[in-house]
Amino acid sequence: MIRFEPRGPVAVSRMVGVSVTAALAALVLAAIPMLFAGLSVLEAYGLMIKGAWGSLFAFTEMLTRAAPLILTGLAAAVAFRAKLWNIGAEGQLYAGALAAVAVGTGLISGPSFVLVPAVILAGALAGGLVMLVPTLLKTRLGVDEVVTTLLLNFVILLFVQMMLEGPMQDPMGMGWPQSEPILDEAALPKLMDRMRIHWGLIIALTASLGVYFLLKRTVWGFEIRAVGENASAARHAGIPVTATFIRVGLLSGALAGLAGVGEVAGLKGYLTADLSPGFGYSGIVVAMLAGLSPIGVVFAALFIASIFVGADSMSRATGVSNYLADLIVAISLLCVLVSGLFLRFRIRLASTRPAQETAK
Amino acid sequence: MARPAKDAPVLLRLDGITKRFGALTANDGVCLDLKQGEILALLGENGAGKTTLMNILFGHYVADEGAVLVSRDGGEPAQLEPGSPHAALDARIGMVHQHFTLAENLSVLDNILLGTEKISALKSARTPARSKLEDLMTRSGLTVGLDMRVSQLSVGEKQRVEILKALYRDARVLVLDEPTAVLTPQESDTLFAILKKLAAAGLGIIFISHKLAEVMASSHRIAVLRGGAKVADLPTDACSQRQLAELMVGHEVSETVRDARTPGATLFILTGISAGEGREALYDVDLDLKSGEILGIAGVSGNGQTMLAQVISGLETPVAGEMRLEGSAFSHANARMMIDAGLARIPEDRHRDGIVGAMTVSENLAIETIRKPDCQRFGLLRFTAMRDKAKAMIDAYDIRCQGEDSPARLLSGGNIQKIVLARTLEGEPKVVLAAQPSRGLDVGATSEVYRRLLDARARGAGVLLISEDLDELMRLSDRIAVIHRGHLSAAEPTETLDRGTLGLRMAGHTMEAAE
Repeated sequence: MIRFEPRGPVAVSRMVGVSVTAALAALVLAAIPMLFAGLSVLEAYGLMIKGAWGSLFAFTEMLTRAAPLILTGLAAAVAFRAKLWNIGAEGQLYAGALAAVAVGTGLISGPSFVLVPAVILAGALAGGLVMLVPTLLKTRLGVDEVVTTLLLNFVILLFVQMMLEGPMQDPMGMGWPQSEPILDEAALPKLMDRMRIHWGLIIALTASLGVYFLLKRTVWGFEIRAVGENASAARHAGIPVTATFIRVGLLSGALAGLAGVGEVAGLKGYLTADLSPGFGYSGIVVAMLAGLSPIGVVFAALFIASIFVGADSMSRATGVSNYLADLIVAISLLCVLVSGLFLRFRIRLASTRPAQETAK
Repeated sequence: MARPAKDAPVLLRLDGITKRFGALTANDGVCLDLKQGEILALLGENGAGKTTLMNILFGHYVADEGAVLVSRDGGEPAQLEPGSPHAALDARIGMVHQHFTLAENLSVLDNILLGTEKISALKSARTPARSKLEDLMTRSGLTVGLDMRVSQLSVGEKQRVEILKALYRDARVLVLDEPTAVLTPQESDTLFAILKKLAAAGLGIIFISHKLAEVMASSHRIAVLRGGAKVADLPTDACSQRQLAELMVGHEVSETVRDARTPGATLFILTGISAGEGREALYDVDLDLKSGEILGIAGVSGNGQTMLAQVISGLETPVAGEMRLEGSAFSHANARMMIDAGLARIPEDRHRDGIVGAMTVSENLAIETIRKPDCQRFGLLRFTAMRDKAKAMIDAYDIRCQGEDSPARLLSGGNIQKIVLARTLEGEPKVVLAAQPSRGLDVGATSEVYRRLLDARARGAGVLLISEDLDELMRLSDRIAVIHRGHLSAAEPTETLDRGTLGLRMAGHTMEAAE
């Protein structure tokens, strides 16, 4: 018989250890389907590492992929800290991208130092407003935000498709459902010549530090933590729980919106309906893998980005589908969830050792 | 009271039971005998190891050392298989837990039969079961409608069902964990009368308690546990209450005394407050609290006390009525406004509403004043100031913790209550709402709570004390009002009231009927 015994306080080192172990366990478990696909596991992982870290190009590609993951990871982490279950980062990302394109393709004109901040602000605002709807439904009417945020993803994606085939379609695009290209003055600057890496990464890293500072050092962060850990006690202590949820919702949506800004104004240059390969959903994995720590999100995003970029490269070399990357990411989420159990409970196998409980 | 015969056979023997939880020794070599026909009271503070010991007896826990021996059919006691509630049931041990284990949506009969019938049995044994139960009820006096749904029963009736459940399984040993915690004084008296009857019929009974008066009145023998070890095992007629209290605590007990005071001006008024709906609602509640007095609200749990505390705490907007603190009215629920107006709130469920367990002691001490300038500047937290303040409060209120940065959830109930006391009383509030402030606390922590409430009264605050403990109310309150089914009686001076009158009112008898 298995028994679960609650553990005492959890040290930071143990939390990091658990995340790393979960990531490694995911890699080990992913070896099983690799073997079925007829791959040499070590060789395949070698190719993946080379594909993500093996050259300057590979490395910058990986960082380019990590930038939106950091932002969607932060979006999930900050919301989850308040126990506001935002599963809608994907939709908020598209809303951010749509707003960035709307502003960046000639709505206003001006020099870079006006247009770039305008595009960034528009994207953040759009993402935040999208998340405001489920947040208000939750605080006003008690509607479950998991359902509303998840379903809004599809609503927004369909709305984007409609816009791309209608009012926002590029007249020069030969009928393709894509937007006009973003003006050069509105695009996020590149970080390096001949590489795709752009300022989105700087935005993401700054956001990570910003969220860390917010949670750790500010009154708002204090209130977010209190509401997330014990909403009932927070309410009793006079903390404005509804206002806190609204703030967190706006922030979370804005962070996801920024991910969309980076992808459209930093990388692609125009908007299509396949802008994001599920960054919003992967962001949830990133946040969980990071133990909802805003600094941890950066490292988790680097890991997940390495898997994606590495698997692409490996699949080109071996002919095995890069769905393997999705598999590893999914397994690592499961491993994190299981390890969370290990983190909070000590698990004993013997039936003769009874559960440890506080003596009464 | 009639004692069991000297040569009555031993039904149950605990032999050197030791149980450790990590560094904590919950039971330390406890030996205990229970004879046929005997009522044994197991007395001790919270955390003394009473419940752990009974859980070992019933097979919920396994002892690290020692054995449980049970006599079957009058023979020599033989060892009971450890860690198996099933074996305990087979050995005819019945346990009535503090929190009832009944299926609310089933009938009384179904609840009693639950688990006694073989799943493969084709025919339900209802008819014989019914006659057996009716026989049991007439013999013991434990009457309850067998076809009632459990959800319709009162707390006292539910407890009877639990006891019947054990008797139906032919229990020879009956263990009751804090059986009077949820009963009115009259219900407790009835319960003990029944227990005495059962003991006279040959049952061995153990009841756990920390209330000295009932232990003295209703047992043959008293075993006192302190810090996990048995410190005394005495015949009841050889003990005094004072002696037992000292055995329980381990040192001399000083009584908290309320000095005479003349209350000042009226501070806090409720007029015609109605709130909520259903069982926990309030109807047309009037109340006035003066400066320098403690106003007690007596009542059996679940009669609207929780809603009353919610309304006053600013968590629930009343549907009708008015709440005024020193002239300013509060029409809608807002906890922040109540705190700022000088109302300190000590919540009933301190783990759920009092602290954020994952946050540090220092953060929990600051949580109500986090937006005040001494905790933040421009929205940034002032850690040093918060820590310094926390350190001072930890000293002043003797909060036992591993520093101000340790998570609050690691603290004991008493220390968690001290956090709540420290942060609510620190700002010298005008009105203190204390809901069940000593519930689940040991004698030491309880007297600390009493002292703080009396200090607040002495400095001129009005204290509203909601409690289910009549001794506590009679000791601390200047006036007492009784709440029953959401209606609050007019408060009367404590000196004019006695336990019997209050008990009747708690059970819903009107004032005229009580006289």
